[in-house]
Amino acid sequence: MIFEQLPALIVAVPLLASVFTTMFQRGHVAWWITTLSIFSLPVMAWLMTVEVLTNGTISYAMGGWEPPIGIEYRIDAANALVILIVSAVAAVIMPYARASVTAEMASDQHAWFYTMYLLCVSGLIGIAATGDAFNAFVFLEISSLSTYTMIALGQSRRSLLAAYQYLIVGTIGATFYVIGVGLLYIVTGTLNFNDMAQRLPEAGYENAILAALAFITVGLGLKIALFPLHVWLPNAYAKAPSVATALLAATATKVAIYLLMRVFFSIYGTSIIFEQLPVLELMLILSITAMFAGSIVAVFENNAKRLMAYSSVAQVGYMTLGIAMASVLGLSGSLIHLANHAFMKGAAFLVLGAVAYRLGSVKISDMGGIGRVMPISMGCFVIAGLSLIGVPGTVGFISKYYLVLATFEKGWWWLAFLIVLSSLIAVLYVGRVVEAAWFKTPSVEMRQIGGDPPMVMLVPILLLTLGCVVFGIDASLTSGLAETAAQSLFAGWRQ
Amino acid sequence: MDLLEGIIQRYNDWITIFLMVSGLYIVVARGNMIKKLVGLSLFQTSVFLLYISAGKVIGGTAPILADGITAYSNPLPHVLILTAIVVGVATLALGLALVVRINEVYGTIEEEEIFPLEDDDA
Repeated sequence: MIFEQLPALIVAVPLLASVFTTMFQRGHVAWWITTLSIFSLPVMAWLMTVEVLTNGTISYAMGGWEPPIGIEYRIDAANALVILIVSAVAAVIMPYARASVTAEMASDQHAWFYTMYLLCVSGLIGIAATGDAFNAFVFLEISSLSTYTMIALGQSRRSLLAAYQYLIVGTIGATFYVIGVGLLYIVTGTLNFNDMAQRLPEAGYENAILAALAFITVGLGLKIALFPLHVWLPNAYAKAPSVATALLAATATKVAIYLLMRVFFSIYGTSIIFEQLPVLELMLILSITAMFAGSIVAVFENNAKRLMAYSSVAQVGYMTLGIAMASVLGLSGSLIHLANHAFMKGAAFLVLGAVAYRLGSVKISDMGGIGRVMPISMGCFVIAGLSLIGVPGTVGFISKYYLVLATFEKGWWWLAFLIVLSSLIAVLYVGRVVEAAWFKTPSVEMRQIGGDPPMVMLVPILLLTLGCVVFGIDASLTSGLAETAAQSLFAGWRQ
Repeated sequence: MDLLEGIIQRYNDWITIFLMVSGLYIVVARGNMIKKLVGLSLFQTSVFLLYISAGKVIGGTAPILADGITAYSNPLPHVLILTAIVVGVATLALGLALVVRINEVYGTIEEEEIFPLEDDDA
């Protein structure tokens, strides 16, 4: 029955499709292959989510080799949520991609770009789906290598530099992860996440286990762009093609955060993470610094894409803050923000891509009065921006509501105050773009750029913006999923 | 003498650590983009050693079923590292390809010569 093969299919479909896009080499054929295969992913992800919510965890033995010897794909509420986000965002971007990629790249590069897009999506979903530590490393590298290539396909010559720098940092991160996995394998004799969780307490060699945790945390921290390991992110996001930026900002860091949560809570368990090591204090300090440093640097940026990239550093801070609070409520807030941030950053970067499409620049100083010329797109940007700030009625409010509730539960009033304070800085950087776009009179040249982008680009922007509002008013779907996921993560896998 | 004996007995681990640290140092300290990639490769190679030496069972033979042999080395790390080598080759190839393109565009692969050209926030 094909239904039972979903955990493998959702990774295999984009992987196989990428072979066909390289064979045809024609931009529009590659786009059709990519779109058809990517559109099947949210359907599969949704079917799996429903299956997980009704019948519990799915365990899939890859190739019929039973776990823990064979590679296991293990889907529970947490990774079902992540897979759903990745596949939904990847699908929504696809119609937009055709116009944007045609405008930004030479025609012989189109097919390669779609190939990399497919490989990246496949890798990201693979990281989320797999229950095997080494398999996760391989998928991490598949998604990373395709990401470097996508960034290098950007328009300016600095794209090459950004790609090179990310390649160095990303490879160090992935290698740190694999060193940690190696130490865990030496100590426990298994690579299966679930089996590892069961064997860890009796394994002995406590120092090796803690060293492995340190290596994995730093390695994934580089992929997450956790402050102060975020230096690669602003250049990579600012110099990548618009489509790639939207995909990466909405999904790539989220998948790494999921993997970190999996290692922290499911494998190590709260007792090791929070009692034997000062992980909690460390994560707390780094998250708060990220929230403020990212936002403050964003306020002084002139390039709107870089501004939004620094805002991503700050938003990642909120997600890791939820981990650091070590409670079900904090973890729920973290997971909800993971989903919500995909909507708002996806929408914001798609709008900036549309600005680049019409105007050819995303500098704030060049964007004076663009709101009058592109009212629908810039209107969507305002909604996404309000959501980043956390205004009630948008998804950003829901995330911050959960995080603040979690601080109250702990009695950390000062932290609630810091969350609100950092949101106020978001008012400043979002305000700078909004001010330039709406409160300046458009110049004569500006009036001639041709208004809102074509419908194929506008619809994805509207869909993501709609997500910002709909899930901000009725959050029962996202928060329900996130709470179930947080409970199952927090309980750990140890029996 | 105990220290020296400890080092000699576990010489493979010390080689791993030396390669790991020197590779990472080269990546951080060198401005030449090719040298950085060399350091990155050294760093990755150290991980291969880490896995492979863990798979060795002292007195064990190659993992092929044969009469009269009971101790086998663990073959799994070799399989994993074969994959990791492929990943390493792909990373190095992509990195070198990027350096070739950077050299074409900028005319240099020294970071300290490239960064002054790019200090605007374009």
